Amino acid sequence: MNFLLNIKEALQSLNANKTRSLLTILGIVIGVASVIALLSLGEGAGNSITGEIESIGTNVIYILNGNTNEEVTNPKELTLRDAQVLSSSRRATAIAYVAPVFSRSSEITHSGNSKETAILGSTPDYQFVQNLTMAEGEFISEAQVEGRSAVVVLGPEIATYLLGRNTNIVGNTVRIGGYPYRIVGVTEAKGGSAFNNPDNNVYIPISTAQARLPHDNSIGQVQYILVSAVDAESADLAIQQIREVLRMTHRIPPRNPDDFTILNQQDFLAVAASITNVLTIFLGGIGAISLLVGGIGIMNIMLVSVTERTREIGLRKALGARKKDILLQFLTESVLLSLIGGLIGIALGWAISVVVGQIAVRSGTYLDVAVTMNSVLLGTLFSAAVGIFFGYYPANRAASLEPVEALRYE
Amino acid sequence: MTEQENVIKVEDMTKVYQMGEIEVHALRGVSFSVRKGEVLAIMGPSGSGKSTLMNMLGCLDAPTSGDYYLEGELVSTLDDDQLALVRNHKIGFVFQTFNLLPRATALANVELPLRYAGIKENRRELAKSALESVGLGDRITHKPNELSGGQQQRVAIARALINEPAIILADEPTGNLDTKSGEEIMNLLLDLNKTKGTTLLLVTHDPDAAAVAERIIHIRDGRIEKEEVRV
Repeated sequence: MNFLLNIKEALQSLNANKTRSLLTILGIVIGVASVIALLSLGEGAGNSITGEIESIGTNVIYILNGNTNEEVTNPKELTLRDAQVLSSSRRATAIAYVAPVFSRSSEITHSGNSKETAILGSTPDYQFVQNLTMAEGEFISEAQVEGRSAVVVLGPEIATYLLGRNTNIVGNTVRIGGYPYRIVGVTEAKGGSAFNNPDNNVYIPISTAQARLPHDNSIGQVQYILVSAVDAESADLAIQQIREVLRMTHRIPPRNPDDFTILNQQDFLAVAASITNVLTIFLGGIGAISLLVGGIGIMNIMLVSVTERTREIGLRKALGARKKDILLQFLTESVLLSLIGGLIGIALGWAISVVVGQIAVRSGTYLDVAVTMNSVLLGTLFSAAVGIFFGYYPANRAASLEPVEALRYE
Repeated sequence: MTEQENVIKVEDMTKVYQMGEIEVHALRGVSFSVRKGEVLAIMGPSGSGKSTLMNMLGCLDAPTSGDYYLEGELVSTLDDDQLALVRNHKIGFVFQTFNLLPRATALANVELPLRYAGIKENRRELAKSALESVGLGDRITHKPNELSGGQQQRVAIARALINEPAIILADEPTGNLDTKSGEEIMNLLLDLNKTKGTTLLLVTHDPDAAAVAERIIHIRDGRIEKEEVRV
């Protein structure tokens, strides 16, 4: 059988039932479009998160409280003293800067503008660990930490939000949790996402934060400690040294597990990858369900078509069509239905993800929507597979008809 | 009469249908042969087994027992795909209801058996000349609903002829036509029988239609009731 003629004939018979064919195609369009759109949104979200983690820098190390992998008896919290020991220890040669962080959510206000946001209490080292440059003024100084000064450094975005501008604002006063704080500096705009945007950060001395922000921790406790290694290559060495120092200060006997967790960029990336993978599978699964429904639609309509064309099948068999000729004829129709739907679906899914990506960007969320070749390929193959899978049963039913029965069918 | 001259040889053919619990004996041992180039009519009232016999002769169904030789080949034991091949190469069907594909042109309808035969070249030309030979050279791009009943049956005859079959099996070919078109179709079939030497089997219950045959086999209750040889 001529392949092109087969397709032409299939198109003719699909064309003979236009409305029916279009509605069937629509089912596949929706299925494929949702697979493509959801996969690329998932991928985009993953990319955003990964990009953000990469912006941490390869030499930045997080030390967190507790150990999620092993049971620890009588764990000790991370304290300011831990941070001091880390930065002053002679053994910790690979460590460049150590910045303990004590952060609480609080309301920051200025002349009627207010925002509930995280207030980061830290030390001067924070500026160097995070590579912050100052647009004006200075970052928090050692003296301000020691003196528990009521001073604040603002990111440019929150500054604009509160004061209407982000230049010439040093010396002004904002209120955090009701207390007045003098603005001593504004950081340079760095850009970021909704999850972690340094331009929206509010920094105060860690001592001030522990004294003034409401909390129920004991004095000296911190949430986490940021450490930067002297360079990217010595990050692993730095991690090893941190572990040694902290085990000593926390007096952990040998072979007992750590009561803290050390994470670097690689660890975050691994966690993020596993989360985004789950997200992508989940979203793809939702899309796949609609594709499945579309496939059932094809099967349904092909079964109707086979019944309607019983006589035609009988005639074709009388004229010499073999089983596989009939099978191929009906499979061609169902695959064409699903492929046409698939192609339109890819275009629609693409359009949807671009539009959603634009909306996200407009509303301030960085979302790098990625319609990958993979998802397009997946869409095409999947729709063709749906056509074959759901078309096979009706086509086989047609091919198995007895010529006599089929010719006699009214 | 040698074996070669017998295009059809049927020996003790039976067919039993299972209808629920009841066995229906549609054919109860039928034997006959048909000479090459003969015009044979098979007559009988409905329920006589005439249609069943036609299905067997057309290789649309397999007999329960007995042998059926078509051009010397034993076809009663072939499988489905082999039977499809036999139908394609050796049998041309002409049905009472024409059975054309409604969406296809006359040309495409006539081409269809060539496609199933796997012929790739000159299909169009062959189909065109077949349509010309039935007097429809000027209607090749028309679809069935644009043709009269007589014209549609001519397309069906062109389709039956296209693979140069050994036999043409015409099942009440004039049953759905008015007298004039019926006569024309019958004359066309007889004409083709004379010019091409194609064996013609007419299955009918109409004595007038059967009257053109050289020999008439009367079927009743699944048996040959009588054979009538005419001039």
